[in-house]
Amino acid sequence: MPIAMSTLDASTPDASSRPLPEPTRTALWNDPVKRGIVLQLLLAAFVLSVIWTAYGNMRANMSARGLVFGWDYLARPANFAIGEALIPFSAQDNYGRALVVGILNTIKIAVVGIMLTTFLGIALGVMRLSSNPLLARLVSGYIEVVRNTPLLLQLFLWYAIINSLPGPRQAVHFGPGMYLSNRGMKVPWLEWSPALWPMIWALVAGIIGSIIASRMLARRRGATGEAPPLWPIATGLILGLPFLASAAQGFPATLSIPVLQGFNFSGGIELSPEFAALLTGLVLYTAAFVAEIVRGGIQSVYKGQWEAARSLGLSSGQLMRLVILPQALRVIIPPLTSQYLNLTKNSSLAVAIGYPDLVHISNTTMNQTGRAVEAILVFASIYLTISLLTSAFMNWYNARVAIMER
Amino acid sequence: MNAPISTPTTARALSFVRGETLSQMPPPDDVRLSVSRRVARTYFGTPANAAITIGCILVLAWLLPPLLNWALFKATWTGNATTCREAGGACWSFIREKFWFSVFGLYPFELRWRPGLVLALFAGMVAISVQQRFWSGKLIYAWIAALAVMWGLMGGQVLGIPVPGLDPVPTRLWGGWLVTIFLAVFGAALAYPIGIVLALGRRSQRPFVRLVCVCWIEFIRGVPLISLLFIATFIVPLFMPTGVELDRLIRAQIAFIMFAAAYMAEVFRGGLQAIPKGQYEGADSIGLNYSQKMRLIVLPQALKITIPAQVNTFIGMFKDTTLVLIIGIFDFFTTLRSSLGDANWLGFATEAYVYAAAVYFVCCYAMSQYSQRLEITLNEGQRR
Repeated sequence: MPIAMSTLDASTPDASSRPLPEPTRTALWNDPVKRGIVLQLLLAAFVLSVIWTAYGNMRANMSARGLVFGWDYLARPANFAIGEALIPFSAQDNYGRALVVGILNTIKIAVVGIMLTTFLGIALGVMRLSSNPLLARLVSGYIEVVRNTPLLLQLFLWYAIINSLPGPRQAVHFGPGMYLSNRGMKVPWLEWSPALWPMIWALVAGIIGSIIASRMLARRRGATGEAPPLWPIATGLILGLPFLASAAQGFPATLSIPVLQGFNFSGGIELSPEFAALLTGLVLYTAAFVAEIVRGGIQSVYKGQWEAARSLGLSSGQLMRLVILPQALRVIIPPLTSQYLNLTKNSSLAVAIGYPDLVHISNTTMNQTGRAVEAILVFASIYLTISLLTSAFMNWYNARVAIMER
Repeated sequence: MNAPISTPTTARALSFVRGETLSQMPPPDDVRLSVSRRVARTYFGTPANAAITIGCILVLAWLLPPLLNWALFKATWTGNATTCREAGGACWSFIREKFWFSVFGLYPFELRWRPGLVLALFAGMVAISVQQRFWSGKLIYAWIAALAVMWGLMGGQVLGIPVPGLDPVPTRLWGGWLVTIFLAVFGAALAYPIGIVLALGRRSQRPFVRLVCVCWIEFIRGVPLISLLFIATFIVPLFMPTGVELDRLIRAQIAFIMFAAAYMAEVFRGGLQAIPKGQYEGADSIGLNYSQKMRLIVLPQALKITIPAQVNTFIGMFKDTTLVLIIGIFDFFTTLRSSLGDANWLGFATEAYVYAAAVYFVCCYAMSQYSQRLEITLNEGQRR
């Protein structure tokens, strides 16, 4: 028994008089710390050697093909025209400016797409939960079809549909001043003039006033239990103030309305067929995913919350606004952000239907100059920056809204 | 005497509290309703509900008749382009004409039995794999063998080693469904182990291992798939030693594997994080080393709970195989689109897109339904 004790435990009282056993020397490969360091060194050596070999090969291959790595091409004239650009661009401008046009076009499709996707996605998600089975089934059928077919295919389909529309002279007229033809879509647009500034300020004042009014109403509700509706005040402020500002100046704003002249329209703003097809495809596709996220978020709110809110006597609008949505948003916003990111990344499919976005222009640039490495490096790092910034924001947001666990 | 809580001092702290009791509401009467009354209430119960129902019927009435007219009543099933144009509806005879082309692409006509066998083998493997009673380690070996046979049959060579008795067929002649299946299946098969390694690496204790894995995953997830395909097409050849050329399809395939592996890694990471800490500690306390702990305790659980997410990732990847169109690889969709240029059959793009959409929809919908069913059966043991 004592023998067994001594081998088991050196610190028992009767063993304390004996010297402590020598710390056993572990072999190098059995020491987890040293093994870890060696493993990591090996990995580092492997990664570096792969990069080094690839870099060496690249230099050899590029010099064999007469290619030089460098950014000087950005200053050379591009010699190609771009169908639509937010800043003036002509074929004499350089590749750098073309790149900026591409970035702006990507931002344009992403911003417009994200706004429309949000509205449509939330609407579809709520409709999917409707108590009316007909509506719920219709919407769920739409969501299933759209989610289970490739986006690229949908883009081609929309492009084919827009191209098969009649020409401008027989354009589909679907609203005042709105025309749809194979040249794209024409919609009325406010013509810009400095006289619009007071209206913009009035609008801002209206929005701020509405926020103040909502605070005051909330305080009154808390004190007395009376809940006068906010919307008449808000509508009056947000629409009325700009109207008054406009009236005070004698209505300076002019709406530019598309008119058919000869073979095409003049006035208004034009959405090119490519932009229209890309926008339609991206919005309809992403909205189906957003709808499922919204539905999941609303359903994730514990049933007791619905019942408790109803038993307090909240109306269905209050129930949604005050109880369900604040809790659902916590679940909805992270995947929603990643859908926004997906929409932005998917806008690169523009290259297939010819909308001049970042990837399309980079593609043209590298076909003309042979600067494939540089061009790909540029657009990949732009997308990467957007993605990393978004995920940094998401981490910050998640930390903020996370339920504090005790 | 009313409750004292409405005095101004406490009201600020407590907010408004109703002083009197509300009158009772009548009990719900829908339990006693007949079926027809209940249906009437479901669809026309309130004015808003009635408006929704009527709106839906109007939308259907506006959409369905022209759609059915085009797809069925005015459609042409046999005949040529002229009869199609005269009929005015969908030209399904165009799809009939191009069907086998969309399956095999430009693969030599007299050798079509080989991709045919590949398809049969693939269908058989899928039919076996969807049944849970065949799930075992042997199935993995069976897939490895099947993939090797599929590759050998298609190309007549595997990695430059000729298969005796089969003529080599270069990948530029591959096309149609076969290429789509190859991209998706080989992509998934190789992305799976790489994804596991990346996920484990991302949760490793060793900082450099973690750094490499995080950079890898975040780079691939941060850029559009197109950029990876561009890199595979234009930059990877520059990385190769002079004289060494990697097949174009294989380069695209590698891009796909990398892409899918990064997304799979995130799925697996979610699974690893969801396993309770006690499982890790339990494995440590019975003296398992890292690889035993992962292989025997953690991964089996983590992989199982992420099966639905894995299927969803695979569906996304399967849809994304269409993107190879941009780098000119003839997958199913590209092959079909190339047949739009047939001078005898001009102007039937919509039919082709509808056919392609139907094929993708059937595959993806079947997979998502399967994953939902799997989610239920796999949770059987956890249900209370």
